[in-house]
Amino acid sequence: MHTQYDADDVKRAIGALVDQVAVAFSPDRPLGIIGIRTRGEVLAQRLTKLLADRGFARIERGTLDITLYRDDLSEIGPKPLVRPTAVNFDLAGMPILLVDDVLFTGRSIRAALTALSDFGRPAVIRLLVLADRGGRELPIQADFVGVTLKDVPREHRVNVRLAETDKVDEIVVDPRTA
Amino acid sequence: MAERMNAAANNATASPATPGAKPGWTRKHLLSLEELSADEIRLILDQADAFKEVSTRSIKKVPALRGRVVVNAFFEDSTRTRTSFALAAQRLSADTIDFSEKTSSTSKGETLIDTARNIEAMGVDVMVVRHRAAGAAHYLARTVNCSVVNAGDGAHEHPTQGLLDVYTMRERFGRIEGLKVAIVGDIANSRVARSNLWALTKLGAEVILVGPPTLLSKSFEQLGAKVVHNLDSVIGEVDVVNMLRVQFERVKSSQFPSVREFTRLFGLTWDRFQRCKKDVFVMHPGPMNRGIEIQSDIADGPQSGILQQVTNGLAVRMAVLYLVTSPG
Repeated sequence: MHTQYDADDVKRAIGALVDQVAVAFSPDRPLGIIGIRTRGEVLAQRLTKLLADRGFARIERGTLDITLYRDDLSEIGPKPLVRPTAVNFDLAGMPILLVDDVLFTGRSIRAALTALSDFGRPAVIRLLVLADRGGRELPIQADFVGVTLKDVPREHRVNVRLAETDKVDEIVVDPRTA
Repeated sequence: MAERMNAAANNATASPATPGAKPGWTRKHLLSLEELSADEIRLILDQADAFKEVSTRSIKKVPALRGRVVVNAFFEDSTRTRTSFALAAQRLSADTIDFSEKTSSTSKGETLIDTARNIEAMGVDVMVVRHRAAGAAHYLARTVNCSVVNAGDGAHEHPTQGLLDVYTMRERFGRIEGLKVAIVGDIANSRVARSNLWALTKLGAEVILVGPPTLLSKSFEQLGAKVVHNLDSVIGEVDVVNMLRVQFERVKSSQFPSVREFTRLFGLTWDRFQRCKKDVFVMHPGPMNRGIEIQSDIADGPQSGILQQVTNGLAVRMAVLYLVTSPG
C-alpha cells in the first residue's frame, strides 16, 4: 500500500480545516493555537496566518515539545533530545486549538494535554490534525481532521512533510518499518 | 511504539533548529569533561536551553524522571551545588535523598564504597557525588550499578560547573569559539579551572590561566592553555574573566603570599576592572570572598554574570540528570 497526497491535496485539506475552525471559533475572541513539535508547529504557523487573513485578530501562538511527558521515556534509549517549549501567554480561560500532523495511538496527544495543564487551565481544548491514520490506544479523537487514512497497517509509517521543514508538502504512507 | 513519537524523536535531529547531524547521548555517567567530545558538550548545552524554559512556567515541573530516585551524596561541604542538584531533580519529578558525610556513618569509619553500595541498595537511579579525593566519582562508577554524576572530586573536575560556566558565556556572547577567557587565581587546587579548561578548549575558546607560580605550574600549557603569572599583562584583552575562589581550606601557607598581596596581584580590583574591555563578562563560581579575589561592587555590577551562573546551573543539571538516567 502506497498512498500519497501531493502539495495540492495538502493545501486543500488545510483550506478545509481553516473553514471548519473559522466557524467553530469567534474571530473577535482570543484564541490560542499550540503546535506540537515539529510538524504541528509548522501547521500552527500556517493556520495562524490563514485565520488572521479571515479576520482572527487575537490569536496567540505557542509551541509544545512533549518529550518530557512521553509515557515511553523509560523504555527507549538513547534519550530523545528535548527542544524548547514556547508558550508565552496565559492560557487560563482561553480556547485552545491543539495542532499536530498525524493522529495515531493518541499517546502524543495525551502527553500534550498533560503538558498544557502545567501552563494553566484553558476554557476548552480542541484537537486539529492534518492526518488521522486510526490505530488509537487511548480514548482520544480529533475535532478537526484534514485527511482520514483507512486501513493503514500498524507497522507502516505515515510521514507528513511540509515545505518549511522538508521542502515539499505531502503525506506519504511508507510500508518501510521504521 | 507510537508512530508520531518515533517521528518526533527522528525530527529532533533532522529539524532546522538543530543543524547538522548530532550524535545522541549514550553515556550512563557524567564523570569529567575531559572525556567528552565537543559534540557531547554542545548537546548538553542545547538540552539545557530546553530545560531552562521549564523554570519559567507557572508549574515548574515536568514528569520526565517520575518514579526515579536521585541521591545527593556529598562527602564534602556544599550549599549551591547540592541545592541546585536537588532542585533540578525535583523539577524533573524525581524523588531525592540527601546524604551528607557529617551526619552519616562514614564518620563512624564506613568506607566510601560501603556507603555507596548501601545507598544504592535502597534503589537509587542516579548518585550525585562530591568527594575530596580526585577520582572518587570514577571509582564509584566502576563499583555501583546506578548512574554517577561527579559534583566535584578533589582538585580534579567539577563537570557541571564547567558546563554551566560555558553555557553562561554562550548565552552572553552567542558563541564560545574565538572567545578569550582568563581563569584567575588558585588554579592548582581548582577543579572548576580544570573543567572550564576542558570545555572551553574543546569548543574553540582561547584559555589564559593566571595565578602565582606556586598555584599555577607551566605544565598546564600541555592542556592547551596559555599560562601567565601577571594578571595586568592580559586583563585588557580578554572577553571573560572567571575569578576563582581562594580556597583557604586547600592552600598551604607556603604556596600563598598574604591575602593582601594576593588581592594586589591577582584580585579583580576596581582599578583593574577599568582596564578591561568595555563588554568584559565577569564570572565567579562562588562562594565569593568579597574584597579578596573580587571587589564587591564589580560582583554585583552590570558586567557580572554570577547570578546567571547560578540560574543556568539549574538548567544544566536538569539536562545532565535527564541524559544520564538510563532507560528502564
